[in-house]
Amino acid sequence: MDETIKKSLQKTACQVRMGVLTGTFHAKSGHPGGSLSIADLLTYLYCAKMHVDPKHPDMPDRDRLVLSKGHTAPALYAILAERGFFDKKELESLRHIGAMLQGHPCIHTPGVDMSSGSLGQGISAACGMALAGKVKSASYHVYTILGDGEIEEGQVWEAAMFAAHYGLDNLTAIVDNNGLQIDGKITEVCSPEPIDEKFRAFGWHVIVVNDAHDFDQIEAAFNEAETITGKPVAIIQKSVKGKGVSFMENQVGWHGSAPNAEQYEQAMNELKAALAELEA
Amino acid sequence: MAEIKKKATRESYGEALTELAEQYPNLVVLDADLAAATKTGIFKKAYPERFFDCGIAEENMMGVAAGLAAAGMLPFASTFAMFAAGRAYEIVRNSIGYPHLNVKIGATHAGISVGEDGATHQCNEDIALMRTIPGMTVIVPSDDIEAKAAVKAALDHDGPVYMRFGRLAAPILNDPATYKFELGKGITLRDGKDITIVATGLMVGEAAAAAEQLAAEGIDARVLNIHTIKPLDEELIVKAAQETGRIVTVEEHSIIGGLGSAVCDCVSAKCPVPVTKIGVNDEFGHSGPAVDLLKEFGLSAENIVATVKKVLGK
Repeated sequence: MDETIKKSLQKTACQVRMGVLTGTFHAKSGHPGGSLSIADLLTYLYCAKMHVDPKHPDMPDRDRLVLSKGHTAPALYAILAERGFFDKKELESLRHIGAMLQGHPCIHTPGVDMSSGSLGQGISAACGMALAGKVKSASYHVYTILGDGEIEEGQVWEAAMFAAHYGLDNLTAIVDNNGLQIDGKITEVCSPEPIDEKFRAFGWHVIVVNDAHDFDQIEAAFNEAETITGKPVAIIQKSVKGKGVSFMENQVGWHGSAPNAEQYEQAMNELKAALAELEA
Repeated sequence: MAEIKKKATRESYGEALTELAEQYPNLVVLDADLAAATKTGIFKKAYPERFFDCGIAEENMMGVAAGLAAAGMLPFASTFAMFAAGRAYEIVRNSIGYPHLNVKIGATHAGISVGEDGATHQCNEDIALMRTIPGMTVIVPSDDIEAKAAVKAALDHDGPVYMRFGRLAAPILNDPATYKFELGKGITLRDGKDITIVATGLMVGEAAAAAEQLAAEGIDARVLNIHTIKPLDEELIVKAAQETGRIVTVEEHSIIGGLGSAVCDCVSAKCPVPVTKIGVNDEFGHSGPAVDLLKEFGLSAENIVATVKKVLGK
């Protein structure tokens, strides 16, 4: 990847992480851990990959993204705000009464392509959008992001079977493999591993990204995905839950709790320092 | 008197989809390995490129329907009521209802008249489940004419619609020359002043027959066909409550949460009158021929007559 582009993406990802913290801090609730683990992925998709227009969020030929792991909405909201779908100030009223930004994604928010959050459902809607693209010979691509805990839902595998059966090569599912779910390590709760072999067995082309926070690796994965025809692509990205905030990294406790004022300040200082380093 | 023709409303459903396909180019049909039974197979034969079998995976089917609608298609998702409203309830609520997507659910084999398959497949709870979802329209057609008109009305309505069809052949009571379907508007089949029988679906015919028998015994019963459970025609029901003072509801559904409950919700707030509910009581069904089961569970003109007389103390 071009170094200038990479640096720009890294800076935006840093802003997205700050948006995640700002949103969850002001909400006094929410899910920072899994939001931080997909910050780089969302930044790459919305800034370097997807055909979207913040001025025309509903344009028919746009690429679509369904955040199947909908509890990580703070990251989606942060990148949409970065791209100008709505004002960044909205992040401060996340989850408040009367606010536009709901606890989980709502289709009526500009830039949000599907309501989601009840786990396992987003991927099915993504399949429907991809199927509609096939029926209408549309050029758009559909992306859906799943949690590694989320794929314990049976509906995910119904959808996986469907996507392969109908050859939905206009669909890419990304599994955010941060290894943690609410009750602990995914391998200890009720293991969905091996994830790559499962998708392969269901007829998908599988790409494993060993570091979900390295834009070169992310780009390589999506470049490979683009060459695949006749079947859907699953990208299994090995990520770090809480990535970018020292005390949140790999800590299951940060799955669904918000930082207090002191923690928020520390986290923001860390991210500001990281941003300053990128800008130096 | 000429013999009354009969047809299952699921058959009307499959035919209507096929007849309307040309007029609605975005119409696509999904099924979950039951096309032969839900009668979407009729559509599949005529428009194979617009039919998508989802296999035995109803939850995914509802989600796929949501995605299709979000991308501008007009999907009908079909399976048995038990799986459409029961198994896939939460997907219907969260992926279709909450985003208010333009998905039409064609649920067949509803109620006790599924017959021999028994309790696991006799869905007596779907009306109750579906009417709790904000923005969901719930339609229960009574015969072939009404079912076809309802499919057309559902296509013209912007928003999610749950349509309930039956397995059993139902008498064709409506006259295609004069019948008009208006979403959310009940039909007064028979005027009367002593009591009102409010019926839906397969029970509309039984209610009409009961009213005839009651008339012969000097009881003047009004009969309302409520094909749209939600939104309910409150005006028609309140008027009936005011003018007849007593209501008996009849449905091939649990007495908990269905038509009877909807009517109670309405009259208790706007014109409290005694309401007696006829339906499947708080129990599961069992195997047997549909016609016998309907009798056993009191879903017959005979039981409506007896109940009305009891209510009126006659």
